[in-house]
Amino acid sequence: MSKLKPQKEYEKTSAFRFFRWLSGTKDPYVGEVEMHAQEENLLPEETIIERMREAQMRRDKVYDDELNKPAHLFHKGYVIMAVIFCMALVAVLLITVSYLPPSGNAANPVNNVVSKRYIESGLQETGALNTVAGMILTYRAFDTFGETNVLFIATCCVMILLMVDDAILKKQVLLNDRRFEPKNDAILQGTAFILCPIIFIFGIYIILNGHLSPGGGFSGGAIMGSGLILYVSAFGFKKTQRFFDEHIYKIAKITALCMYGLIGTYFYMTGANGIENHIPLGIPGHILSGGIILPIDICVGLEVACTMYAFYALFRRGGL
Amino acid sequence: MDFVQNFPCISIILCLFAGIISSGLKDKAAMWLNAALLTVNTLLSAFTLTYTLSIGHPFVYVMGKFPAPWGNEIRAGAPEALMALFFCVIMLLSLFGGRHKIVEEVEEDKTYLYYVLTDLLLSSLLALVYTNDMFTAYVFVEINTIAACGLIMIRQNGRTIEAAVRYMIMSLLGSGMLLLGLCMLYDLTGHLLMSNMQESVALLVANGEYEIPLIVSIVLISVGLCIKSALFPFHAWLPDAYGYSTVSSAAILSSLVSKGYIFLLIKIIYRVIGFDIYRDTRIIDILFVFGLMGMIFGSLSAIRENDVRRMIAYSSVAQIGYIYMGFGMGTQVGMVASIFHILSHAATKSLLFIAAIGLTDVSGGSRKFIELTGSGYRNKWAGIAFTVGSLSMVGIPLFSGFISKLLFSQAAVQNHSKMLPALIVLGISTVLNAIYFMKTVIRIYTPIGQTAYPSVTIKDMQVYAVVLVAFIILNVVLGISSQPVVDIIQQGLATFA
Repeated sequence: MSKLKPQKEYEKTSAFRFFRWLSGTKDPYVGEVEMHAQEENLLPEETIIERMREAQMRRDKVYDDELNKPAHLFHKGYVIMAVIFCMALVAVLLITVSYLPPSGNAANPVNNVVSKRYIESGLQETGALNTVAGMILTYRAFDTFGETNVLFIATCCVMILLMVDDAILKKQVLLNDRRFEPKNDAILQGTAFILCPIIFIFGIYIILNGHLSPGGGFSGGAIMGSGLILYVSAFGFKKTQRFFDEHIYKIAKITALCMYGLIGTYFYMTGANGIENHIPLGIPGHILSGGIILPIDICVGLEVACTMYAFYALFRRGGL
Repeated sequence: MDFVQNFPCISIILCLFAGIISSGLKDKAAMWLNAALLTVNTLLSAFTLTYTLSIGHPFVYVMGKFPAPWGNEIRAGAPEALMALFFCVIMLLSLFGGRHKIVEEVEEDKTYLYYVLTDLLLSSLLALVYTNDMFTAYVFVEINTIAACGLIMIRQNGRTIEAAVRYMIMSLLGSGMLLLGLCMLYDLTGHLLMSNMQESVALLVANGEYEIPLIVSIVLISVGLCIKSALFPFHAWLPDAYGYSTVSSAAILSSLVSKGYIFLLIKIIYRVIGFDIYRDTRIIDILFVFGLMGMIFGSLSAIRENDVRRMIAYSSVAQIGYIYMGFGMGTQVGMVASIFHILSHAATKSLLFIAAIGLTDVSGGSRKFIELTGSGYRNKWAGIAFTVGSLSMVGIPLFSGFISKLLFSQAAVQNHSKMLPALIVLGISTVLNAIYFMKTVIRIYTPIGQTAYPSVTIKDMQVYAVVLVAFIILNVVLGISSQPVVDIIQQGLATFA
């Protein structure tokens, strides 16, 4: 027969808390989670009614059928024309597709010397088991550098639109950050606590194995970015900023892109001028192999992760 | 291999590096980095141009270890190098001419982003000019589109956001069509490299295979690039985008971005599809008709406009119409005229935008014609520059616009079936051009006794005056000694085919 613990000691154990939660005497949210109700509209009712009336009057004027007949007719005709045009375009494209070479046919023009060399000698020339990675990061490394810059410039454009001044951001930090969401959600935090490390490690795994198995910088970076987003939605910006703030974001982004640029430039220049480049291809199948693919994958992964997180942060509160 | 052959690749890479590094710099540093980059790129392009002229044939440059159908490749000939040189010079001048407005109109903490965008825009323009690979072209078309949107909306007010959204929708439609056409063409030829594609297309046409998909893909590519370069029925995004963005953006967009797409289309016509095959598809007739309509309707819209910036923007529609009319002739001479007009319009339109901002600045910032009365006296340099630009647009001898009109008429005379409509519309369009440009010039030189607006002197705007003088010299040089440029274009087109 087991010894019964004194009541006070028993209350500290997790078993007690579990049974209390099971029986419903304690709600894990009450006292733990901070809930903000939406702020009530402070305007007095009269002004609202007045404003509605004004808007209604304006609407009556704007949408007056008699005055707007030509505009209405134009709009109707426009919609009809647009639908007809789109249907015509769809029809043309569908008909064209039926004339294209049948897919999977060995005699198609696509199955020519280009793909033959990629498949047959890709392994010797790039040192990558993953032929796609060899194609996009060694044979056509310049295109992929451009593609990475597309992500970079997209972030710049979002920054132009949504970036808020630092001083305003600090003032509004309480207002904007989790205005309509509960703070310290136990379930989300618990899940993030378990999942975030796994997601990060999975993302790193995919990036580092880009030349060996399906994956690579773009997919691995997207996974790492989603891990960051999960972390920030669970624990808030203050905790995230301890390891990832705007400064670190800039350093990571610029380093990644510059590294890619330098590796790429070295590769293009030596290749074009007929100079031997000193990047070892390694033994295919080993983790340190594939020539320039592995370092480029790491750079692309960093850039993609930064971009994903920056998009989320900028859309959420206008700053990192 | 000569070291100069590295220059096209170096200039593209330098732009990308400058853009990346600028994103970590302060506003001033980013500005100087951008200016240095443009100067270096101008020099590199000039070296490339002299080199290609001296060896007399274009050269290909393999980007990396693997030769062409497998790896990436760029190709530089005389017309490409000429275009690159021109783009760098005009971008440099436009940025210096509108710098005081950038400082004024762009939010202080975001000015460095403006230079990031221009650096990457230049990289994409150079890549579009030099590329020998269709997929590289598409990647840089993407960069170009996003950068242009950013340049429009970086001056944040409601108008520019609306203009940027419009531009984005139309431009993405164009990109999508280009991509679809490219996919189909790849499916038919199995190549992405321009020269290999041309061989396969010629073979397909000779054997009569895949006729319908080939035509559809050519149409999709042409229409996509026409939308992006604002040919007449697709020009709805243009007046707002050029009229309300900050002045450097307007100059860059009108004289470089749309021209980059047109040059890409020329490359595709010559180096991917083949000029004769393209002519036989009869698409050029549609381009011809749209070009003619653009020449008239663009000018008519410009006459109706009461806002000087929007008037200049609508005039772009007419000028793009000229370029496509040259395409539509279906002859080598017409193409030469079009390419020359790309240069001449780029030099003139950016001059007009930069000069107009000087005039509106001394009229209390208003762009209405009534306020501009007498502004040519208050800002003498801008007044002179605007007059020169107007004369060039109308086509007065000594200025670049005259030469392009001359070349267009010569091309029209040599094409029997299209001579009459081309000449008639050219005449009408010249008269319409004269109506709205001379109206503006007369307006800015109409003296008024008392005015509330102060005059500016040369001391207030030294950089601005230097930029205007440089633009005027560029215009006059193109107008007086046009023959070397025309020769380069002619030889270049011969090597394209």
